[in-house]
Amino acid sequence: MRNIWIIFAKEMKSYFSSPVAYILLTMFAVIFGFFFWNMVGFFVIQGAEMMASGQMGQMNVNEQVIRPLLGNASVLGLFFIPMITMRLFAEEKRNGTIELLATSPVRDIEIILGKWLAAVGLYACMLLFTAISFAFLFHYGNPDWKPLAVGYLGLLLQAGGLLAVGTFISTLTRNQIIAGAATFGVCLMLWVFAWVSGYDSSTWATVLSYLSVVTHFDSFGKGLIESKDAVYYLTVIFLGLFFTARSMESLRWRS
Amino acid sequence: MITVKELTRKYARITAVNHISFSVAKGQIVGFLGPNGAGKTTTMRMLTCFLPPTSGTATVAGFDVLEQSLEVRKHIGYLPESPPLYQDMETTDYLRFVGRLKGMAGAELEKRVDYVMGRCAVTDVKTRLLGKLSKGYRQRVGLAQAIIHNPDVLVLDEPTAGLDPKQINETRALIKDLAGEHTIILSTHILSEVEQTCEQVIIINKGEVVATDSVVNLQARARGVETVVLEVAAAPGAVLDAAQVQQRLSQVPGVAQVLVKGRRDGAAVFETESRKGELKRGDLARAVIEAGWDLNEMRPEAMSLEEIFLRLTGSEAAMEPEVRLEEGSPGEAAAQPEIAAAEKEPQA
Repeated sequence: MRNIWIIFAKEMKSYFSSPVAYILLTMFAVIFGFFFWNMVGFFVIQGAEMMASGQMGQMNVNEQVIRPLLGNASVLGLFFIPMITMRLFAEEKRNGTIELLATSPVRDIEIILGKWLAAVGLYACMLLFTAISFAFLFHYGNPDWKPLAVGYLGLLLQAGGLLAVGTFISTLTRNQIIAGAATFGVCLMLWVFAWVSGYDSSTWATVLSYLSVVTHFDSFGKGLIESKDAVYYLTVIFLGLFFTARSMESLRWRS
Repeated sequence: MITVKELTRKYARITAVNHISFSVAKGQIVGFLGPNGAGKTTTMRMLTCFLPPTSGTATVAGFDVLEQSLEVRKHIGYLPESPPLYQDMETTDYLRFVGRLKGMAGAELEKRVDYVMGRCAVTDVKTRLLGKLSKGYRQRVGLAQAIIHNPDVLVLDEPTAGLDPKQINETRALIKDLAGEHTIILSTHILSEVEQTCEQVIIINKGEVVATDSVVNLQARARGVETVVLEVAAAPGAVLDAAQVQQRLSQVPGVAQVLVKGRRDGAAVFETESRKGELKRGDLARAVIEAGWDLNEMRPEAMSLEEIFLRLTGSEAAMEPEVRLEEGSPGEAAAQPEIAAAEKEPQA
């Protein structure tokens, strides 16, 4: 436990003592801020039109602002995750510091968990910026907080899975660019798999769409914790970390 | 402190380390000497639990590197060939991080960080980023990192590689200074380094231990021994009895040892060893002639430490003196240093 914390603290410090964290956070905040402004603007205009036309439709902040915004954040995350994980092991391999870690009295799994948790930590920091936007909704309106909390849980689970996959890919190379590009490719594939179910309902399409990380986020976005979706994310996390551990072991045997 | 038995490590096709055995006593400072690519780094990586051995065992401080890896790692300090530094960390933060990794904490850690910084003379760069340090400082921070937890055993892989002469001297002095507290095993391909810093030397070549000796003995061999090579032929028509020649030569005053180095039709090559200044070469020649044999060739061969090293590790010709002597071209001896220098270490 202590060792996990030591690695976690070192990784966090490393993110924040270089420009990496600040650039990622700023870009995420700006892009999400744009989505928020867009979504709220649309919501307000829609509301005004309904009032003007005298219709008495249902306007719901949770359904019409928060839910699509969470979906946006989930997709936006796919673009940032490779940039968070690409350095985790590739950099250690390039600098030779992996020899320090691997010859210290620390278990491989402690190193892996420390690094992965730090990646999740940085992602959580990015989500904090979305909370600023949502705080405005709570200030001026009265949305339900529970679906939002579930949404955040879903975002963390989804990112946790992809970050674990990214961590694994980072152990495969000493080149950060390769690690980042490969992780980005995997993230995109896991996103676009969902599109197949739009026009096809064969078994293959169902399987592909099940594999997609985005389809499993829908229920969380609605504020529902569906066990099949939670299990999916937990499985991805487990598999990602499991393969990372295997890869570290084979690193020792091959290097 | 370190016991290695039949340790072997194979990569996909090559055997980097082939059944090597040696042991290092507590408090000793041992040089691991060999040309590039001899298997020094691989052996050290196995001792530090970075690489698991393919077969064989190694124990460090009484713990097995494979079975009790975590215990071994607690008792070992390791400086890899390039110091494992995080470019974006400051010296103090880095040493603190390594200390924590090795299980230290609190006031004890702070004290130790201050101590090793003083010891390795890096206090004046304590708030500098490691990525901005000069090579000499990087190496010293690497050493500080290796001794942070006061380990029983220090493993240093080419600790002076890439330093300028002044830094090399400083680093050697520091290593010697550390020897009192730790058992040190250091690898190098520089002979004088072993001469200056180590007590014991293990010479390794192509993955095998070719000699284990104390530096003093090696130096004695290099400085105090004179070798004369003779080619003796039988008188025309007679058959040469090598044993008889060997016996006759060993009776010459001053000769300590006579070795038969090779034979060819009607002649044989011998090598006599004697202490410096105790042998008159004329006596040798006379002994041969008076016994009725022909003396085809006689030449003195001085053995420097370099030569011992090259003989033990160098080319085929150097390994098997018979071959060299039969072909007998003096140019070959001059070509040997190149062979050792030309081998490049494959990146493991």
